[in-house]
Amino acid sequence: MRTSAPQTALAAVAWRRLLVSNWPWRSAGYLLTTGPVALAAAALLAVPWLVLVARLAAGDYQAGVMVVLALLGIALAAGLGPVAAAPLADLERRRLRMVDTRPAVPRYRKPPASGVVAWLRDRYTNPDAWREVGYAFLLAVVAPVPTAAALFAGPLGVFLVAGPFLVLAQQPGSRPVALAFGHASTAGQALPYAIAGLVLLAAAPYLLTLVAGGHAAVASALLLGGPAGQLRAELTEVSRSRARLADAFEAERRRIERDLHDGAQQKLISLTMQLGLARLDLPPGSPAAGSVAAAHDQAKQLMAELRELIHGIQPQVLTDLGLPAALDELADQSPIPVTVDAHLDGRLPSAIENTAYFVAAEALANIAKHSRATGASVTARLHGGLFTLEISDNGHGGADPGRGTGLTGLADRVAVAGGRMLLSSPPGGPTVLRVEVPCPQSTPSPG
Amino acid sequence: MPAEHPVTRVVLAEDAVLLREGLAGLLERFGFQPVAMVGDAQALKAAVAEHAPDLVITDIRMPPTFTDEGLRAAAELRRASPGLAVVVLSQYVQAAYAADLLDSGDGRGVGYLLKDRVADIEEFIAALRRVSEGGTVVDPQVISQLLRRRRDPLSVLSAREREVLALIAEGHSNAAIARRLVVSEAAVGKHVGNILFKLRLPQTDDTNRRVLAVLAYLRSDSQDR
Repeated sequence: MRTSAPQTALAAVAWRRLLVSNWPWRSAGYLLTTGPVALAAAALLAVPWLVLVARLAAGDYQAGVMVVLALLGIALAAGLGPVAAAPLADLERRRLRMVDTRPAVPRYRKPPASGVVAWLRDRYTNPDAWREVGYAFLLAVVAPVPTAAALFAGPLGVFLVAGPFLVLAQQPGSRPVALAFGHASTAGQALPYAIAGLVLLAAAPYLLTLVAGGHAAVASALLLGGPAGQLRAELTEVSRSRARLADAFEAERRRIERDLHDGAQQKLISLTMQLGLARLDLPPGSPAAGSVAAAHDQAKQLMAELRELIHGIQPQVLTDLGLPAALDELADQSPIPVTVDAHLDGRLPSAIENTAYFVAAEALANIAKHSRATGASVTARLHGGLFTLEISDNGHGGADPGRGTGLTGLADRVAVAGGRMLLSSPPGGPTVLRVEVPCPQSTPSPG
Repeated sequence: MPAEHPVTRVVLAEDAVLLREGLAGLLERFGFQPVAMVGDAQALKAAVAEHAPDLVITDIRMPPTFTDEGLRAAAELRRASPGLAVVVLSQYVQAAYAADLLDSGDGRGVGYLLKDRVADIEEFIAALRRVSEGGTVVDPQVISQLLRRRRDPLSVLSAREREVLALIAEGHSNAAIARRLVVSEAAVGKHVGNILFKLRLPQTDDTNRRVLAVLAYLRSDSQDR
């Protein structure tokens, strides 16, 4: 892992390929944009405090003015801070991506209740909101100095290196050239400054990255969730990518089904029909008739197999008529009697329909194979944004998810759709398999 | 063979070109006259309006949505002219589709067949003739799907009676059933009588009415499940 590219500016400082990487530039960009943001934060929150500090620095210790300024500062920070800090923190979290590429979630989480009042109440009582206020103060008061220093290091280095040339370029006898911390009249005098400038130039990228990294570390600590939050963010990302994969897989399955149906299946039917015609034309009993008859029979068999295959890939009845009809069909095909009770108004999202169908198909197959049940029932409901599918049988129970991959595979399928699967199967039965998937209200079926 | 039957004018709707051409050739050869061949439901309706055919053969799944537009077009055509004979070809068996069709125009002159049946040329042609003469043809797979649905009430039937019932539902006459099962026609008549009695269906000799009665019985069961 040591050789892999760093994910934060702070980690990049110690990276030996820092100078050829884009980290110094990203850091410079981060620090350059810090300026206006810090200014905005200062304007919003810290004006009285800044005036106070300025007056103290000027040696003005009038107690009355001090108290007024301090009270004003507190009032402003307490009154405006939690609200003003929210957009600022949002902006800062976004800006943080320049120098911190780790997945992250905001530390402050919006209250579950919606509405402005709930949000306001939360902003003033949530410690994480006050952390954002604290960050805004640090940004306004502390950040400007190191930021300016880091940003000026590079230009200053350039200037110092140019010192001897500036001195040489001058008319002899004119005033000494001011070089940052001193004056030089001859190139020789300017040389130490030039050497210092070189050192400064070499150090500038590190300084930029270090200051940006330090700033980012503070920002990350105050604005972003801790390791648990990061883990959550990573998990969210993983779940999303899994869902995307499942969607892509689903789309691909439909495409394959469509291709097989429109291509191979139609051609095979046509071919079989031609063979059937040829069979009629050949004199019965001739050797040709025998082979053509065999070919015709094989083609018919292939046709049935292909139909089954396509059906297994993506059952048409599910696509066309929705889950209740598809469940009915499954029940019809089951060797044991199955009652279906599926009352759904309109169609469900196709991901849920597919998941439910395949769970029901697998479960019914399992029941027929293992449970020795004499009857089973399938119930599908959509109520209050939750889709539930229940498959129960009167068999001998004892279904164990640990044995075999069937049940685990089903649970995986359900999990991809964002739901969960529950199994109750005591020895002696009955077995109930329940699937719950959160589902938006179904769309009314066309027509 | 063509001489035995009056020429039946056919409008054919099927989006797979190869199969459409093949079917048209097949129809011509057996004395049907394909007057129009189209590739989608819209064109089908237009062609029927233009040619007023004796028989419509249509695929269920066609452009643009590739779901059941052929079936919906067929139902619409039947509503407009209840006497129009329609055979619907389906890639897979769906009892609900068959039910939709049988509900239109008294169930006369309707066929619902699995597309695979076109491979059995003679049976397919016979089914087309039956439908164009006002008969009802439902794919054996639909029948067996319906038969599977309710085993308890049908358990009053013997195995042979169930076999006979499936053949009745496919639209066969007593004579045809007798040939199939290699028994005497009188024996079939006895079976049919038993079946109708056990299922409490009205006695009738009209093949088509018998089919409809049986299907209605099976379907009423499938609906109140």
